[in-house]
Amino acid sequence: MSSVRLRLDGSPVELEAASSTSLLRALRDAGHTKAQGACEQGECGSCLVRIDGVVQNSCLVPATICEDANVETVASLLNQDLADAFARHGAVQCGFCTPGFVVAAEAALASAESLTYDTVRERLAGNICRCTGYHGIIEAVLEVSQRRREANQ
Amino acid sequence: MTTHSPSSTRFGTVIRPDVPPKIAGEFEYSNDVRIPGMLFGATKRSPHAHARLVAIDTSKALAMSGVHRVFTHEDVPEGRLLGHITHDQPVFVLDVARHEGEPVAFVVADSQERAWQALEAIDVSWQPLEPVTTIEDALTKDPIHPQGTLIRELLIERGDDAVGEVVVTGTWETGRQDQLFLAPESAVAYPSADGGVTLILATQDLHTDQQQLCAVLNLPPEKVHLINSGIGGAFGGREDITLQAHLAIAALALGKPVKTTYRRSESFLAHPKRHPAFMRYRLGAKSDGTFVSLEVSIDLDGGPYASTSGPVLGSACYFSAGPYRIPRVRVHGRAVRTNNPVSGAMRGFGAVQACFGIESTIDLLASKLGIDPVEIRRRNVLVEGDPFPTSGQRFEDQTDLRELIDRCMALELPSSPATLDLDLPGGTGRTLMGSAVSRGEGFALGVKNHLYGEGVPETSWAKLTREGNTIIVESSASECGQGIQGVLDRIVRTEFPECEVRFAVPSTWMQYSGSSSASRQSWMSGSAVLGAAQKLKSQTSSGDEPESAEFEYRAPATYRGDPTNGTGDIHVSYMFVAHRARVEVDTELGLIRVAAISTAQDVGRVINATEIRGQILGGIAQGVGFAINEHLDTPSGLAANNSLTDYLVPTAADMPLVVIDVLEQPDPRNPLGIKGVGEPSAVSSTAAIANAIRQATGKPITRVPVRPSDIALAN
Repeated sequence: MSSVRLRLDGSPVELEAASSTSLLRALRDAGHTKAQGACEQGECGSCLVRIDGVVQNSCLVPATICEDANVETVASLLNQDLADAFARHGAVQCGFCTPGFVVAAEAALASAESLTYDTVRERLAGNICRCTGYHGIIEAVLEVSQRRREANQ
Repeated sequence: MTTHSPSSTRFGTVIRPDVPPKIAGEFEYSNDVRIPGMLFGATKRSPHAHARLVAIDTSKALAMSGVHRVFTHEDVPEGRLLGHITHDQPVFVLDVARHEGEPVAFVVADSQERAWQALEAIDVSWQPLEPVTTIEDALTKDPIHPQGTLIRELLIERGDDAVGEVVVTGTWETGRQDQLFLAPESAVAYPSADGGVTLILATQDLHTDQQQLCAVLNLPPEKVHLINSGIGGAFGGREDITLQAHLAIAALALGKPVKTTYRRSESFLAHPKRHPAFMRYRLGAKSDGTFVSLEVSIDLDGGPYASTSGPVLGSACYFSAGPYRIPRVRVHGRAVRTNNPVSGAMRGFGAVQACFGIESTIDLLASKLGIDPVEIRRRNVLVEGDPFPTSGQRFEDQTDLRELIDRCMALELPSSPATLDLDLPGGTGRTLMGSAVSRGEGFALGVKNHLYGEGVPETSWAKLTREGNTIIVESSASECGQGIQGVLDRIVRTEFPECEVRFAVPSTWMQYSGSSSASRQSWMSGSAVLGAAQKLKSQTSSGDEPESAEFEYRAPATYRGDPTNGTGDIHVSYMFVAHRARVEVDTELGLIRVAAISTAQDVGRVINATEIRGQILGGIAQGVGFAINEHLDTPSGLAANNSLTDYLVPTAADMPLVVIDVLEQPDPRNPLGIKGVGEPSAVSSTAAIANAIRQATGKPITRVPVRPSDIALAN
């Protein structure tokens, strides 16, 4: 086991990890539960976090390479407009996938491209939701995209 | 995109109380629970589908640092069995493992990692036995379980000897679908001061779990308590005991909190799945398309333990004739033990398989007679006063099924030009000749009961306490994500518009509200909360003192079918839905894309429009998965694709365009006119897609999920 120091949502944290321990597991073992795990093989996106600006499945990233990294979860990436849109559009049922979807959605919204129904689907295709059938999530992201564009004009 | 047109509601659309914390990542699921000083468990499982247990050597595991104890069948007195209807499942393999993944030992260590490592150090000697993996083998070979091969057999017979001038026959088969709730099984158990045990877990039915644990632990209910944590989806997959008994036994023996969380690969093996069904249909009609007779046989692969196979078979048989007027009906159903994974409850509960059977057979008849498939259904649907085709129960105060069909067909199926690779059959990265894409449309009508039925007594309890301007709701109904707390919240707020509403954490310290299954909680617990609210309102307020009112709602009675012919008043009431699907198929490669679905569903009364739409869309997503992808393949009884890499569920890119219309025909049998909305969307979406694929390809399409070979290689 070795000790890994990184910044999690702006605060310094120290994690214990073996060489085989994923960032997801090291975070959760230390009681940081904002990222969830549902497959532990990079298929479901429920563990998505941003590591030094890059969105990654934290179940596939060894914790030991995250020394000094800046790790961001839903706690620092969620904006209120997206939270409101998720709630109003029925984007959440059991909610287990939601923090991962928030990370994927904020990344899509932050990108330069202008989002359409099809591109949102494509950008969210790495996340699995078993409850909602996705339409509420897609609509929420599209609405926020539209409003942020208008606000920036 | 979707449209939604609830006609009217006095409840308005509001945001559920659990949703904001879920979005912020602050909602506590059972795998987030931590108790100081807790230990971690891991489950040693049978690698064989069928094998005699020769010996277990735990010495190497126990010698590892950080390992506290290994539990096996020796820690459970003989004869104490699990099962919420039939007690037939050992806590740990006793003498014979009957399916892959059956628990044989539970090791407890200082960390989850250590516990997993210790699994490798437990040596189990097995003598492999020939697995029984087909219905045919199960019925001809020696039983694999001391309670015999047949879990249930049901015969339903109604009407005269007429057959009809035109007869079609079909043989239909369905796959083994996993609920795939996103949060794998996880729970913590801790010993309590009175010698009992408490579990923080994620279950659909607190009190049924409690009953089973009491039987296994030989403790009275007042010493075994369960608290529901946040539940990350369920869909029927959290109705049975998986880790609960292991954790309770370990916590009691070690005097410490013990937690375990399953990995996805073992979650697939641990909870019961949707029953594979093998169905033979023979439908007779007059030449004008009027149905005359139906003969059905349904065999369900139950796996080795009963779970809910009995009622699932009941549901499959009673809905095997759909919602149609058929004067002569004969149904023979069997639920059979095999060495495949255990089958049990999943959204739609037998009605999904039966719907694929009857709706496919009706399309064969329509094709043979040259009648439009929607029109032939319209002519034959039940109308007020008809006997239900299987049970004979009178069809009254139910949905106007012709209106339901017409409302579904009035929706324009959206079309989208394929602008993305995603929108081609097979999706990104598949080769495709545009010229080989063939389109087709299909229609299906779905029916299922809400509430348990078949004579199972059914109640739900609720208590409301008013403290100043706050109402605290106590209900042990499980919030799995489906939105029951949102529904109860709405009902209480409507009675007390000036009050804030809060929910006590559901636990077994509360009285029984029953399972969050069978699309029953809005009706049952909604009625219980309404009763408590009205009682509280009628009490004269004494001022500052908190005031409470309790209410137990009792559902209208149902009955077991007549033992000779299966008929009777089996169900309280029904839910109805129509689906129309458009598919695009690459006929050379056998790849399918579900492009669009329109659906009309009778929801009784809209309490929360957003959540109803969510149930409809979510059920369609699972129906799409079941139609073209989702099957846990088990050659020789061993799972071949128990991971999310190999078991494919629809993503946002796979989800079709959907248009929705809802009918509101209130059910007069409950005070709010509520109908269940959870299951119907999953009942007939699969059948509509299969009918569309058949129409697009001209291939027989006799099984779901449809595989590429069923199209590209079929005659």
